Amino acid sequence: MTASSAPPRTPARLSVRGLTKHFGTVRAVEDLTFDVSPGHVTGFLGPNGAGKTTTLRMLVGLTTPTAGTATIGGVRYTELTDPARTIGVALEASTFHPGRSARAHLQMFAPAAGADAARVEQLLALVGLTGDAHRRVGGYSTGMRQRLALATALLGDPDILVLDEPTNGLDPAGIAWLRSFMRGFADSGRTVLVSSHILSEVQHSVDDVVIVAHGRLVHASPLAALAALAVRTVTVDSPDRAALTDLVTRRGWASEPAGAGAPGALRLLHVRAAEIGAAAFAAGVELHLLTEDAPGLEDVFLRLTGQTTGVAA
Amino acid sequence: MRRAVRLEVAKFFSTRMWWVLLVLMAGYMAFLAGGMGFAFTATPQDAGIDASDPLATARAVYAVGTTLGYVFPAIIGTLAVTGDLRHRTIVPTLLADPSRTRLLVAKHLGALPVGLAYGLVGSLAAVGAGAALIALGGGDPMLDSPDVWRTVALSTVALTLWTLVGVGVGSVLSNQVAALVALLAFTQFVEPIARMGLTAGLGDAGGRVAAFLPGAAGDALAEGSIYSLMSPGSLLTWWQGALVLLGYAAVLTVAGRLTTFRRDLG
Ligand SMILES: Nc1ncnc2c1ncn2[C@@H]1O[C@H](COP(=O)(O)OP(=O)(O)O)[C@@H](O)[C@H]1O
Ligand SMILES: [Mg+2]
Repeated sequence: MTASSAPPRTPARLSVRGLTKHFGTVRAVEDLTFDVSPGHVTGFLGPNGAGKTTTLRMLVGLTTPTAGTATIGGVRYTELTDPARTIGVALEASTFHPGRSARAHLQMFAPAAGADAARVEQLLALVGLTGDAHRRVGGYSTGMRQRLALATALLGDPDILVLDEPTNGLDPAGIAWLRSFMRGFADSGRTVLVSSHILSEVQHSVDDVVIVAHGRLVHASPLAALAALAVRTVTVDSPDRAALTDLVTRRGWASEPAGAGAPGALRLLHVRAAEIGAAAFAAGVELHLLTEDAPGLEDVFLRLTGQTTGVAA
Repeated sequence: MRRAVRLEVAKFFSTRMWWVLLVLMAGYMAFLAGGMGFAFTATPQDAGIDASDPLATARAVYAVGTTLGYVFPAIIGTLAVTGDLRHRTIVPTLLADPSRTRLLVAKHLGALPVGLAYGLVGSLAAVGAGAALIALGGGDPMLDSPDVWRTVALSTVALTLWTLVGVGVGSVLSNQVAALVALLAFTQFVEPIARMGLTAGLGDAGGRVAAFLPGAAGDALAEGSIYSLMSPGSLLTWWQGALVLLGYAAVLTVAGRLTTFRRDLG
């Protein structure tokens, strides 16, 4: 599943420094600074509207920053001598003429990326579009367009791959394939920056995470360090809610409504179920729900980005 | 640069648009030239034409493409720019080569061979249908006159230059629908009315200004169009006409580079 037989190269570091973009009064990206390490898969995460696409568009020079810089190996995209061989980019939404077939689209852009007809066929096979390659893109599903966008990004056999929400519209098999593809790409010494609004869709393939919300950086670390931030929670409920609330207050436990999954119940933070059970028993408070929740990365992500965790999405 | 031009030429020929417009244009020009050729020879009095000059008649018929049909190559040129923005193929294009100035130059260089093909087909369609119906109307198609072929050749050049003007229009008016509406409105209404109005209202001075309108420049370039037949001496020389058309293409493209192509794209 390797993208090419080229010898391993040393890809450049992606570097974002004080990057800012305002659209009128909308502060889409605000003083954003982060690095993407060579040889790693970095997840660029944040809710819808967090500024991910705007950041990536500034990285490749389609959008002019209000302030700050984004560089590839110290050079701006517009100054790269051979961008298609350096960095392959698949941005959000369709960038194809609906009247062209996938094959015609790739063949058209191949010479500009230094690719030949054999490379086009190889990429069509890689992304699983060979059977539909002759069809007009206008009739393609979102997932098929994602595959074609990936193939287009790979035309120049680049050292760095930048994918904006590549799992949108992709079927589960496609997502699983994409994960292992990104893993293999980075394991061959190359670099991947992949954006998503859902941590769990990239969690299994990323080494590092860069998390943004409202255009600002809220967290950047290896994935493992993110897991350490996971908060242990216990969902608890009682027929006598007044007594339960009283107990929680007396013990000084942090709590929040458990939300739609268990209406009326409480979620207690930083405390083990055994301790709560013992305290309730001692206080004579009857419990009819006492569940220790598995600490989830998604919760950490939602907490960091200021999204409420209680609402069932 | 060669890669960029090659990409632009490939864009033209990889959708159905190019041959749909080519067939439409050939049909339109054949229809106009045929109709004019027959009217001029069969009923010259009604057409207000001096039938005693078969060369002038033939040239006016064969130059109909630059007089009336030039909107087709202009549309092709416009779509070359606005289509990229509409379907966001500008994104992979600029990712492959981020220089926007180079992109606009490549669009012009890529439009040249396409415009030439349209110009040839358009001019030959006019000659073919025009000659056949001149003959049918009882006139002389004058196909052995070098002046006739000079008009055909210059008309081809004029249509080619109109493709470049179209590229300029598209780079200023980035919205495809707005660009096409503006192009049709200007070529079909604004310019013909302005041309007559300037001459009628302001006399010689107005006429000199009208000669610099793009449609008038195209007519001048083709030599011997119906306009020069109706009001001799009102047009520029052929090379002045060519320079005026090139000037429109250049000014519009520079304006587009400083507006549409300085903004965030794609
Ligand atoms: N061209 C634009 N004009 C105005 N606002 C924009 C434009 N592009 C993005 N925005 C706004 O900037 C914010 C960030 O958008 P975006 O970068 O697309 O977020 P994400 O990709 O993380 O979902 C949003 O509020 C969005 O509405
Ligand atoms: Mg986005």
